[in-house]
Amino acid sequence: MYQQNLDKIAELSSHSAMGVSGPNCDLVNFSELGTGLSDVTPHLAPYHDQCRYISKNLALYELSNDGMKLSTHAQANFCRGELAKALRKGPFQVNVILGGYDENVPNGGSLYVMDYLGSCQKVNYGAQGYASNFTLSIMDRDWEEGLNEEQAVKIVEHCIRELNMRFLLNQSNFIIKVVDKDGVRTVKADSDPTDN
Amino acid sequence: MARRYDSSTTTFSPEGRLHQVEYAIEAINNAGTSVGILAKDGVVMASEKKVTSGLLAPARTSEKTYKLCPHATCTVAGLTADANILIDQARLRAGRYAYQYQEPIPIENLVEHVCNYKQAYTQYGGLRPFGVAFLFAGYDIHHGFQLYQSDPSGNYSGWKATVIGANNQAGKSLLKTEYGSSSSSGDEMKTDEDPAKEEIEMPTTAEALRLAVKVLNKTMDGAAASPEKLELFAMTLDEDGNCVHKILNAKEVEAVIAEVESETATAGDT
Repeated sequence: MYQQNLDKIAELSSHSAMGVSGPNCDLVNFSELGTGLSDVTPHLAPYHDQCRYISKNLALYELSNDGMKLSTHAQANFCRGELAKALRKGPFQVNVILGGYDENVPNGGSLYVMDYLGSCQKVNYGAQGYASNFTLSIMDRDWEEGLNEEQAVKIVEHCIRELNMRFLLNQSNFIIKVVDKDGVRTVKADSDPTDN
Repeated sequence: MARRYDSSTTTFSPEGRLHQVEYAIEAINNAGTSVGILAKDGVVMASEKKVTSGLLAPARTSEKTYKLCPHATCTVAGLTADANILIDQARLRAGRYAYQYQEPIPIENLVEHVCNYKQAYTQYGGLRPFGVAFLFAGYDIHHGFQLYQSDPSGNYSGWKATVIGANNQAGKSLLKTEYGSSSSSGDEMKTDEDPAKEEIEMPTTAEALRLAVKVLNKTMDGAAASPEKLELFAMTLDEDGNCVHKILNAKEVEAVIAEVESETATAGDT
């Protein structure tokens, strides 16, 4: 029985977050996830040691550079570079969506979509996994320039409703996070259906 | 007494000194002077070209000024051959950072990398230190225009204005009095009554160029300034926010020298 309540959106830095999709053990390898997972899946412990690779490298950058933060654009390209390096050694099987807030960027927010082959594209909206087949067309229609947070969350909820209606696998358990000038915060988190 | 402890870079003397590093710094005090000045709208670096001979083939590259990346340039004082190695290192580092992060490298980051490379030669391997001091001029969005100086020990610091190479002390003392004082009203006397009240007003690039030539006039010990002996460099931003690296041509250098000459000729007139 797969774990149903893994929060797959990791906070990378104070103003950026990375959502990942793919087989669980590589998620653990690639992002900052894995706290407590060694109890649940002790046979994956060696992977957990390599855990948190991206976020800790970003933290190291801040420490080594007098508190200077890497821009979202730089973080995304660093992440893409690591995916690309691993591709010909031992590929990460993750697809990534990285979003962040920078003061000196018009409108502040930027979003990058990356896949396990090391491609990277700056987008206005994105999706990874089976969801993309359903949700990209919704966002094609609904997205427009200058949305506020409320409108954006509504579009996400529209996508989730559509998945619940149309998608073969029942996934009623979603978490929505927002990144803005105040940092990363959770806007909505459903409970794990297997908790009852 | 220092003799027993000065032949190896990796040995401290009983007084806690690294003699090889100090000797390397001495080597630079015989090299052609280089002055760097931070301006409101850019950075200026002026260097004395020591290697002048009528038999030399016309130079296509400079022996003093080197571009490291689109937003950083350095000048060299010391062993040119040593400098070339370090400049390669700096260029590689800037390029690799740009590849990894798709962003220009922050200047201090670049300077620190070169300095860490130099430091290794004061601690490992039994190799002699690099006999080079650098002035780094650069621009990044985090801190704007910056000027850094580094020496063979691997130490670096940020400056508003500084001098390296021959007679640098004389140059620095001139900068202390002249940098930041408003040069448009050259009749004002600088008073030492209230140092806390003195506000440093950063010069414009044009003013900084003139000040740099003045400094070189002093350090070159009365030798006549001319475009063959001086190399003037200025870094500014164009309207699109891109860095412009300019090594002034002979005519432009002549013009600055002439302006300085007329300024000093009329100084003190009421």
